[in-house]
Amino acid sequence: MAFFLAQILTGLANAAALFLVASGLSLIFGVTRIVNFAHGSFYMLGAFVGVTLMDILPGHVGFWGAILLTGLAVGLIGAFVEIVVLRPVYRAPELFQLVATFGVILVIQDLALMIWGAEDRLGPRAPGLRGVWRIFGEPVPKYDIVLIAITPVILFALWYLITRTRMGTLVRAATQDREMVGALGVNQAWLFTGVFALGSALAGLGGALQLPKGGADLLMDFNIIGSVFVVVVIGGMGSLPGAFIAAVIISVLNVFGVAYLPQSTLVLMYVVMAVVLIVRPYGLLGREEVAGEHGQVGAPERPIRPYGARGRMVVIALLAALALLPLVADKFILTLMIDVIVFALFAASLHFILGSGGLVSFGHAAFFGGGAYAAALLVFHTDTPMELAFIAAPFAAGLLALGIGWFCIRLSGVYFAMLTLAFSQLVWSLAFQWRSVTRGDDGLVNIWPADWLNATAPFYYFTLAMGVGGILFLRHIIHAPFGYALRAGRDSPRQAEAMGINVKRVQFAAFAVAGAMAGLAGGIFVFSKGSVFPTELEIAASFDVLIVVFLGGVKTLAGGVVGAAFLTGVEDWLTRLEYWRLILGLLIIAVVIIAPEGIVGSLRTLWVRIRHIEEEEAK
Amino acid sequence: MTEILRVENLKKSYNGFLAVNGVSFSVQKGELKALIGPNGAGKSTCFNMLMGQLKPTAGEVFLDGERITGMAPRKVWRRGVGRTFQITGTYQSMSVVENVQMALISHHHRTFAILPRAWRLYRDEAMGFLDTVGMTDQADRPCSVLAYGDLKKLELAIALAHRPRLLLMDEPTAGMAPSARIDLMQLTADIVRDQGVSVLFTEHDMDVVFAHAHHIMVLNRGELIADGNAEQVRNNPHVQEVYLGGGTLFKEASHA
Amino acid sequence: MKLLRTALLAATAAMTALPALADSIKIGEINHYKRLAAFAEPYKKGIELALSEINGAGGVMGKDLEFIFRDDQGDPAEAVKIAEDLMTREGTVMITGSILSHVGLAISSFANEKGYVYLAAEPLADSLVWSSGNPYTYRLRASTWVQAAMLAEEAAKTDAIKYATIAPNYAYGQDAVAAFKANLKRLKPEVEFVAEQWPALFKIDAGAEAQAIERAKPDAIYNVTFGTDLAKFVREGGDRGLFDGRKVYGLLTGEPEYLDPLGDEAPEGWFVTGYPWYDLPEGPGADFVAAYQDATGETPKIGSLVGYMTAQSIAAALTRAGATDSESIRAAFEDLTIEDTPIGTLHYRALDNQSNMGAYVGTLAVKDGKGVMVDWEYKAPAPYMPTDEEIMAMRPAE
Repeated sequence: MAFFLAQILTGLANAAALFLVASGLSLIFGVTRIVNFAHGSFYMLGAFVGVTLMDILPGHVGFWGAILLTGLAVGLIGAFVEIVVLRPVYRAPELFQLVATFGVILVIQDLALMIWGAEDRLGPRAPGLRGVWRIFGEPVPKYDIVLIAITPVILFALWYLITRTRMGTLVRAATQDREMVGALGVNQAWLFTGVFALGSALAGLGGALQLPKGGADLLMDFNIIGSVFVVVVIGGMGSLPGAFIAAVIISVLNVFGVAYLPQSTLVLMYVVMAVVLIVRPYGLLGREEVAGEHGQVGAPERPIRPYGARGRMVVIALLAALALLPLVADKFILTLMIDVIVFALFAASLHFILGSGGLVSFGHAAFFGGGAYAAALLVFHTDTPMELAFIAAPFAAGLLALGIGWFCIRLSGVYFAMLTLAFSQLVWSLAFQWRSVTRGDDGLVNIWPADWLNATAPFYYFTLAMGVGGILFLRHIIHAPFGYALRAGRDSPRQAEAMGINVKRVQFAAFAVAGAMAGLAGGIFVFSKGSVFPTELEIAASFDVLIVVFLGGVKTLAGGVVGAAFLTGVEDWLTRLEYWRLILGLLIIAVVIIAPEGIVGSLRTLWVRIRHIEEEEAK
Repeated sequence: MTEILRVENLKKSYNGFLAVNGVSFSVQKGELKALIGPNGAGKSTCFNMLMGQLKPTAGEVFLDGERITGMAPRKVWRRGVGRTFQITGTYQSMSVVENVQMALISHHHRTFAILPRAWRLYRDEAMGFLDTVGMTDQADRPCSVLAYGDLKKLELAIALAHRPRLLLMDEPTAGMAPSARIDLMQLTADIVRDQGVSVLFTEHDMDVVFAHAHHIMVLNRGELIADGNAEQVRNNPHVQEVYLGGGTLFKEASHA
Repeated sequence: MKLLRTALLAATAAMTALPALADSIKIGEINHYKRLAAFAEPYKKGIELALSEINGAGGVMGKDLEFIFRDDQGDPAEAVKIAEDLMTREGTVMITGSILSHVGLAISSFANEKGYVYLAAEPLADSLVWSSGNPYTYRLRASTWVQAAMLAEEAAKTDAIKYATIAPNYAYGQDAVAAFKANLKRLKPEVEFVAEQWPALFKIDAGAEAQAIERAKPDAIYNVTFGTDLAKFVREGGDRGLFDGRKVYGLLTGEPEYLDPLGDEAPEGWFVTGYPWYDLPEGPGADFVAAYQDATGETPKIGSLVGYMTAQSIAAALTRAGATDSESIRAAFEDLTIEDTPIGTLHYRALDNQSNMGAYVGTLAVKDGKGVMVDWEYKAPAPYMPTDEEIMAMRPAE
């Protein structure tokens, strides 16, 4: 019994930092609707700033003062980021801002490395709180007890701020209805800045508060972001009490997982999230997202048209150039182009459901990696000929998408996204932990193409045929009734249902098609690299492809392909430089600000404007 | 005359609050019938239960004798019920004619087709429906640039596309200029007359209602307080009380 | 789009044309310079120190030896692409690099397929030279199996029977636990493992792990956690008295990369593998430490040592080969012997392409507010290896 109590105390102590960071993210999302990937970075900044301040400021006052100052400092940094990076892109399509926050992650990573160096910092101990108290004979670290005591205080302070102050009233109003706040004559921009700063400050506080239990290191940002999103989603996006309950549930369950199911550490929280979302699609205390409630911001999409004569000529010329490339380019250019085509197909498959269907998937890598693994497993274990194993890739990925889609498609918006993320994590953990079959993160190696393809040029042509074929297939579907039905369900699900379209079934089918096409890309990928590792199933892989789709332009047909080509090319070039993450991050932010419709969308707008001017002048 | 729609004792409660409390009525074939009532009377709730957007707490809905209570909207549509919305729901990313083509594609069970090009399918047929509502000249404009009144007309064309037996129109003239309202209702009346469609509609504009509706029902606080022709309803003391009590001049109802 | 692509490729070509020095031999070095900066930076500095010495002494075959450092973001697929770039465009003659085992395995498989030589310096996975071994892949560091066996040997000398293990939940951690168990069981069949804890890498819930181990009441603990996980585990375990009266065996715990950040909280009494650079006797080992501190102003990490010996190994192989084609270099690595490296004579055996670099083992103590290894000794790997027959059975047929 005492042990049980001690376990719960450990869980509650762990919940403290998690709640702080998660409450900040939840606040930011609730008011600004920004899915802030960079939230983990503010947590990391909090840890580093905290360590630095604690070194300078001595004693009790120094320690606690440093924590408060850290919150303030990180809040200011958050405000700066909001004003410089996010404010210009609030009018961009929904969720576009997450690309900007991704850029912020990269910038902060390199800046932190420049400022604090590479070595891990052990956090200072809280003065006077070293050691343990015995509770029923069980040792409980003193600082744990302090954390457990602090959390409700912070929850209360936040509750007071939200329910008893004018800023809180505005925040609540904005959470319910953004337009209304504008109507009340409140400067929405500064409200957003304020909320973003507060959210960042909470993350910074979390980073500083956990110091005596850990420290500061350069991997903290990515290491916490997964659990923070899980907590926010389980609690219900935008709900502070929800975040608190979820932080406690996750932390306590984790402690029991460690004790009774030690292998569960990788996936436990994702399993919990999946179960919660399947039972309660909007989290524990979340509110249903009413369709269209937040409005489609940004310019409406124009009707799609197949390329006219000129466009077709460009595409044919491009394909001809690609086909002739092996005659002029060296081997590495071909290798790079294989990467580009594979990534472009992968991006096109996500773009298909994201652009036409409005389904934002945070777990699309599950199908890319799933296809790659399916082919690799066949080759590795049964010596299946390459041709056959390759064909298995899209089928296996399509089946996987059917399975995952069956659960996810009932949800919508951010909750759909998070459930796909949870499932992709399950797939990842399967590849990671089922070593007897997948070899875990030792990966499956020596998966090379059949002899007739096993040279750069033949494999390049193979990739070109499959990749371009897949992309054209997806484009064709977009122009077919199925693609139209998918867009109908996105534009107005109500109207679509009222005209006999089974929106969910259309989305389900589209999800499977997208999965199969991602699997096709994965199939090409595994034979081009000769190996596959769980890395391909990681959250980071899903985010990469999401970023390029947004970067290329969601509301355009070529967006995914162009975004993929852009990022692959730029990355290949930049990673040769010392501070490439900083440059890449700034570049992404610049693109986001200059081209809020994505690269293709903004180029098109520019083109239309130029033609418009020409026509005017002609008159 | 035979009835196309029969509603029996329909109820909807939200957390104990009865938004619609035991409403029963029927719509005859070829009839243009209006459902009116002050704000919050439960008109939209009632409408949303007819086509399945909302599930009733109690009561039954029959379409031509078949029970359709709580049936999904798309299934009700398949049985020949079209609908327009108070706040229009058109496909912003498609052209005007493509919006109608989409309805035809669904009507012909080709939603899942991946081979043909969608904009080539049923274009002529769709142009015919646009012609009915007088929008052929705007057929290839993006839907997103249409004026509000045109969106209403487009929705009507969409609703007509599968040749419905019954048309449910929720505030068809809301937000339109007065002259446009008359035009749209005249158009609707013509359709009822020419194509034998039955129409049930809700409306704020009393001029529109009394000028065109064959029969009028009045809903107040979730209960039906009158059901009859214009004269009967106008002279119903209960109705007068509701509208006068609500501060709105009944007979000279404004266009608000 | 085409224009963009062309522009990019042109820019890429222009960039790579710049550093081409006509009279140098280039080596491709692929690593996770950003993702694992704490480990990759000292490693790179070790290489640079060796290069300055080698080139100062006339280089290799009369030419300067040059490393081209590239960042793979810790992604195996990216690493493979860079390897291709390096070998086909940058004119490198062989590949080295990677800290993460799975990236090393990806490069190794690729190198074998294309016939490029790959020296895996840091990756510890046994499979690199055994079950996934191939003729083109050589490895410098002592593998997981060997280091775990050294700890198991020490553990078998005590009367501890009940063991708990804690290791990060991925291939390296699982191999390390399996190797320790196999070796300890062989030496002392009566031991039993009462708890196996598998925290997620760098996401340890240290308090809960400490509680779970305590609950199993083991006589001794085998620790494979490292980095921030180790710091948290040591803190929580120390506070809760988990290590009181228990012998702890820590794989890699004594390496400066992990020990230095712990400061005065380094867990005293643990028996660990590591790198006691501060305590080396006069000779090439101490000379290296002095030279490194002179050159960088920093104390060496074990990565520094590995980086230094990597460059030494490659220079020696190239000198022996007398040519820069892959086949000659590969052949030169076979049974390559290098005198006077910081660990003495280094030898790459032909059997499995593994070097004879061993490991330092000793007991942790705190001196002047820092963790150090005391009573340490350097152990050669040979006694801890499986038999030649066993290794041949594991290696795929060539």
